[in-house]
Amino acid sequence: MFEWLGISQQALFGQLLVGLINGAFYATLSLGLAVIFGLLNIVNFAHGAQYMMGAFVAWMGLNYLGIDYWWSLILAPLAVGLVGILLELTLLRRLYKLDHLYGLLLTFGLALIIEGGFRQAYGISGERYDIPEALNGAFNLGFMFLPKYRGWVVAASLIVCLLTWLVIERTKLGAYLRAGTENPKLLQAFGVNVPVMVTLTYGLGAALAAFGGVLAAPIFQVNAVMGSNILIIVFAVVVIGGLGSIIGSIVTGIALGLIEGLTKVFYPEGSSVVIFVIMAIVLIVRPAGLFGKEK
Amino acid sequence: MNAATEYLRVAGLHAYYGESHILHGIDFEVRRGELVSLLGRNGAGRTTTLKAIMGLTDRRTGSIMINGTEAIHLPAHRVARLRVGYCPEERGIFSSLSAEENLLLPPVVGSGGMSLDEIYEMFPNLATRRRSQGTRLSGGEQQMLALARVLRTGARLLLLDEITEGLAPVIVQTLGRAIAKLKSRDLTIVMVEQNFRFVESLADRHYVIEQGQVVETVAADELQAKAGLLERYLSV
Repeated sequence: MFEWLGISQQALFGQLLVGLINGAFYATLSLGLAVIFGLLNIVNFAHGAQYMMGAFVAWMGLNYLGIDYWWSLILAPLAVGLVGILLELTLLRRLYKLDHLYGLLLTFGLALIIEGGFRQAYGISGERYDIPEALNGAFNLGFMFLPKYRGWVVAASLIVCLLTWLVIERTKLGAYLRAGTENPKLLQAFGVNVPVMVTLTYGLGAALAAFGGVLAAPIFQVNAVMGSNILIIVFAVVVIGGLGSIIGSIVTGIALGLIEGLTKVFYPEGSSVVIFVIMAIVLIVRPAGLFGKEK
Repeated sequence: MNAATEYLRVAGLHAYYGESHILHGIDFEVRRGELVSLLGRNGAGRTTTLKAIMGLTDRRTGSIMINGTEAIHLPAHRVARLRVGYCPEERGIFSSLSAEENLLLPPVVGSGGMSLDEIYEMFPNLATRRRSQGTRLSGGEQQMLALARVLRTGARLLLLDEITEGLAPVIVQTLGRAIAKLKSRDLTIVMVEQNFRFVESLADRHYVIEQGQVVETVAADELQAKAGLLERYLSV
């Protein structure tokens, strides 16, 4: 059906699926970045390291303690979220009154330290994490084979993204979060314990990244630099979507994953730069991003 | 003053923003159920006084007794939990929340707050615009919303900053009726006002603030006698 374009149907759908999976990771990661930036005013460069830690905690849980994939999906985000909470309480808290740049530098430094530590302990060759038994195999969709695990990754990340969005847009807790993003001092003057909320939000953002990391573990190799590889692209996604916009992060993440996948089919040479080209164009036309508000 | 009925006592209050020293020892008292106004020129320190009571300035020293509790070292959310409701000068309506979400935002800090029905009866406009984005409301509606927001929470001490600023006379009248009603419910109120006509009939007492200090106290029954004095303090 697509032969006249010089490409096979299988290649097209295969790359679209890869794009969708990458997009799901971009969405999950940029969502956490957006929530953290909104409330804390910190560009969290440690986000990639937290994603990597999620994958590693799952790997360590399986190999040292026999904790299976499904428990890791819950426990790894919890563990990384707790580490995030500690970071916020001991380090980030001191920076809120300063320029964005300080938070960026601190979290960048933290990312280097964390990644360096894992590289020291595990090298960079990468560890294998097997697909859980229940998700082995593939569905035959007629026009293509869909590996079960890949389908699960897309579904799970989309559900987590949509749940996060629903909580933020439709619940009282989300109203606090939105209000705190706009005017934290006034929200606190109404009796809301904003400092605690900020701490928990950073923990939640880190947990979201770790959740992405656990999902990624069976697809990519678990290694110390897996986070910094994806984080550069995620930052481009955040810039395109508009920093601080929740729905913008989700939509842009998935859309860019798909665009990247399509580029691999039609013009493979451009696939590694296409997102950055789009970023440059968006920055020229709409500096605040597609969903961002001009200040 | 009788300690039993004293609700708010501010004594020797100094407040700072960074290096700037804004309040230089503010003293005043408000008894339960009283309404007092803080008068003065722009920049005299009236807004900062309310912010300092709320814990929204940088450094504070002195004493702020709220219904028998020292609040000078409390963070803002703990001050609010002493049943204090704050209505900021810039109104502080959240644009990412609908009008009703704005109204329901502040947590309840005590019993006896107004119900949503009572609030919508007092400000019918808010009921019709409940689904609108908070900042799409007109200036008057936003002011009603900002006031209504702290009436739901059961706050017993209200700090109201310039609530009539820039509003049409008919809306100022609505607000005046609302304030009178709150006073009759035994709420204790501190108002910062530019519009002296608005507070002269409502307030039990006026404090004139200049350069971060209270320079004159005028009780409601002294207004006639001290009219000339007030005129001198407030004229620009």
